[in-house]
Amino acid sequence: MPALAFTPCDLPPEAEALRGDVRAFLAEELSGYPASERARSWVGFDAAFSRKLGARGWLGMTWPEPWGRGASALERYVVIEELLAAGAPVAAHWIAERQSGPLLLRFGTPEQRERILPGIAAGQTYFCIGMSEPDSGSDLASIRSKAVKTVVDGETGWVVNGRKVWTTYAQKSHYMIALLRTGVAGESRHEGTTQFLIDLSSPGVEVRPIRNMIGDEEFNEVTFDDVFVPASMMIGGEGEGWQQVTAELAFERSGPDRFLSAFALLGELVRFVEGLPPGSAAHGQVGRLYAHLATLRQMSISVATRLDAGEEPSLEASVVKDMGVTFEQSIPEIAQQILGVAPRLAAGSELEKSLAYVQQACVSFSLRGGTTEIMRGVIARGLGLR
Amino acid sequence: MTDERSMIAETAARLFAAHLDTATFAAAEAGTWPAALWDEIAANGLDRVLVPEDQGGIGGGWEDAFEILLAAGRHGAPVPLAETIAASWLIAQAGLDVPDGVLTLADGEPVAVSSAGIITGALSRVPWGASASRIVAQAMDENPDRIAVFSPVGGKGALDHNIGRDPRHAMLVDGLTAQTGPGGSVMAVGALVRACQMAGAVGRVLDLCVTYAGERVQFGRPIGRFQAIQQQLALLAGEAAAADIAARSACRALDRRGDAFVEIATAKIRTGEAAGKAAAIAHQVHGAIGFTDEHHLHHLTRRLWSWRAEFGAESVWATHLGNLIAAQGAGRLWPDLTARG
Repeated sequence: MPALAFTPCDLPPEAEALRGDVRAFLAEELSGYPASERARSWVGFDAAFSRKLGARGWLGMTWPEPWGRGASALERYVVIEELLAAGAPVAAHWIAERQSGPLLLRFGTPEQRERILPGIAAGQTYFCIGMSEPDSGSDLASIRSKAVKTVVDGETGWVVNGRKVWTTYAQKSHYMIALLRTGVAGESRHEGTTQFLIDLSSPGVEVRPIRNMIGDEEFNEVTFDDVFVPASMMIGGEGEGWQQVTAELAFERSGPDRFLSAFALLGELVRFVEGLPPGSAAHGQVGRLYAHLATLRQMSISVATRLDAGEEPSLEASVVKDMGVTFEQSIPEIAQQILGVAPRLAAGSELEKSLAYVQQACVSFSLRGGTTEIMRGVIARGLGLR
Repeated sequence: MTDERSMIAETAARLFAAHLDTATFAAAEAGTWPAALWDEIAANGLDRVLVPEDQGGIGGGWEDAFEILLAAGRHGAPVPLAETIAASWLIAQAGLDVPDGVLTLADGEPVAVSSAGIITGALSRVPWGASASRIVAQAMDENPDRIAVFSPVGGKGALDHNIGRDPRHAMLVDGLTAQTGPGGSVMAVGALVRACQMAGAVGRVLDLCVTYAGERVQFGRPIGRFQAIQQQLALLAGEAAAADIAARSACRALDRRGDAFVEIATAKIRTGEAAGKAAAIAHQVHGAIGFTDEHHLHHLTRRLWSWRAEFGAESVWATHLGNLIAAQGAGRLWPDLTARG
C-alpha cells in the first residue's frame, strides 16, 4: 500500500532571499488596494500589473535562458505565494505562466517557444485553456470538438470545429491551448486527442462571455467555425493530447493557489477578532484556521520540493488540492456561522464585502481544475482501491 | 532520515508489532502491567531517546522521538512510553538528573511549591500515575517554565481510566518534597507527544480501512470498489497526511528553535481534528465488526478520542493560538507564518 509521502521541507535560502523584494514591490504597487479587491485573488485581471511583474523578471523565471533564468521551482513558489497572500491581481498572466508556458517548454516546437514564451515572460501574452465542452466536464475524454487535417492554398493544417466552455478570460487572451479530437477514442477512450495552439484572432473564432452568478464576466464560451490552424501550431505529436493534459494538471493542483484563494478574507477576519476580548470563540476559530493553513502550506511545500527534484507526486498534489479547497470554503462558513459577519455589497465594510465575494466565488473552488469528487477518485486510485 | 533514526523507527515498529496482540490489550486494559513489552522498550532504550548520553540515554532529538511515538501510536501501545519520554525531557531541560524507571507528567494541572520545595496540589488525571517513579507537574511560579519533580509515594490516589482504558490517577499531593527547575511547559510537551501518537494511530486506522475495504465483499465486489467508500477513504488519507506532517513539523521546530509554541498548538489542533474524523470514517467503513470487542480498531479509536482531549483539547490550543494571532495583528499573520517556515 503506497503511503502518501509528505515531509516538512525548508524553502532554500535562494528562494527565501526573493521574499523581501517581492514583498517590498507589492507593498508599493498595491498600496491602497482594498481587501475586497484582494479577495478576488487570482481572478483579478490587471494587464499593467502583469507587465510590471514581467519587467521584474518574476514571470517564467524557472524557464531556461533566453526566456527565463533557470530559477528553481521553489524560488517561483515564494514569488507566487507572496503574490497570492497579498491578493495581487495576477489573472492576466496566470494561466499562461503557470500552465501554457511550461507545456510549450516540455512539448512545443522550437518555433512555438520562440514565438510565444518571450511574450508570456514579459507579462504581455495571455492564454486560456480549452478543455471543457458543453457535454464534457469531469469526463474530459468525451470531448467532441475536432480538428481535421486539410490543405488550404497549398498550406497544410487543420480545420477546427466545435465549442469550448468555462474558458476563463478567453475574451482577454491571445491564445488558447485546445484539446481536440483528431482520431477515434479507442478502448482506453484517451486515444485520438491532440492539443493545438490556437490564435484567438483567427477567422471563425467567436468568444462570448458567460456572466457568472456573482455578476462577473470571467469565463466564456468559445466557438470554432471552420477555423484554420496551421500544422506548425500542433503541440507535440498527433494523438498525444491526453498524456499532455494529465501532466499539465499535476502542475496545477498543488500550488499555493489551492489554499490561499481566500487569504484576504482570513486577514479581514483576524482584523475583526483583534477588536474582541481575548479568549472568545472567534479567537478559537482563527487559531483553528491558522493550524489548517500552516499544515497545508507545509504539505504544499513538500510537493513543490519533490516536483523541483524531478519527481511526479501527483497523488500528493491531488490531496493538497482537495484539502486546500475544503479549507478555503470553510472560511466564509466560519465567518457567517461563528463570527456572525454578514455578506454585503457596496455599502459594506471591507470584511463584509470580502465575505460577499468569497461566499459566492468559493462554490467554484471545488469545481475548477478537477472537482472534489474527481480529486478523491484520484486519491482512492492511489490508495489502490480502484 | 538519518541511519540512526531509521534504526530507531524500525526497532520501535518491530517491537510493538511483536508484542501487541488482542490478548495483551485485554490484559493491559484489565489492569495487568504489560511487563514483557515495557522491559523490551527499556532494554532498547526507547524510553530514554531524549535523555543525554552522559546520563545513559540515546541523546536524540524530537525528530528521533517522533519515530518512536509514531510507532507507539500506530499500535495504540498501552504503556507510558510517551509520558516517560516527555517527562525525561522536561527533567533534563531543568538540569536535573533523570531518574530510572517509568516517568509521567500531570495533564496540565499545576502544583504549588513552597520555598522549602514542599508541594501541594490536586491532580485529577495523572497518566499511569501509580506506575511512575516520578511525576512532573508545572510549578506555580513567576517563571512559567518551572517544573516540580516528585515521587508519588505518600500521596493519596484514586484509580480511574480514560476511554482508551489506560490508567489515569487522581492524586492529592499534600506535603511531598519536590525538586524544581526551569524545564519548560508541561502542557506543551504533553500536547506534542499526544499529537505524535495521534498521527501514528490515524495512519494505522487508514491502513486498516484500506485493507478491510479491499477484502470485505458486498453486492458481489469488495466495498472499496464503491465510490461512496472511496470518497470517504480519500478524505481519511488526507487527514492522515495532515496529522503526520503537523506533528513532524512541531518536533522539528522544537529541535531547531526551542520555542515551538505555535507549531505545537498547530499540531495538537490538526491531529485532534484528524483523530475525530478518522475514527468516524473508520467505524463507518468497518461496519458492525469494527464495533466488536474482538476487532483491533477500537484499541486505536478509543485512544484517539482520549488523546484528543488530553493536554489541552483543540479548543484550548486554538484559543491560545487565536489570542496570539489577534495580539500580533492581521498585518503580521503572513509574515509570521512564513518566518516560522
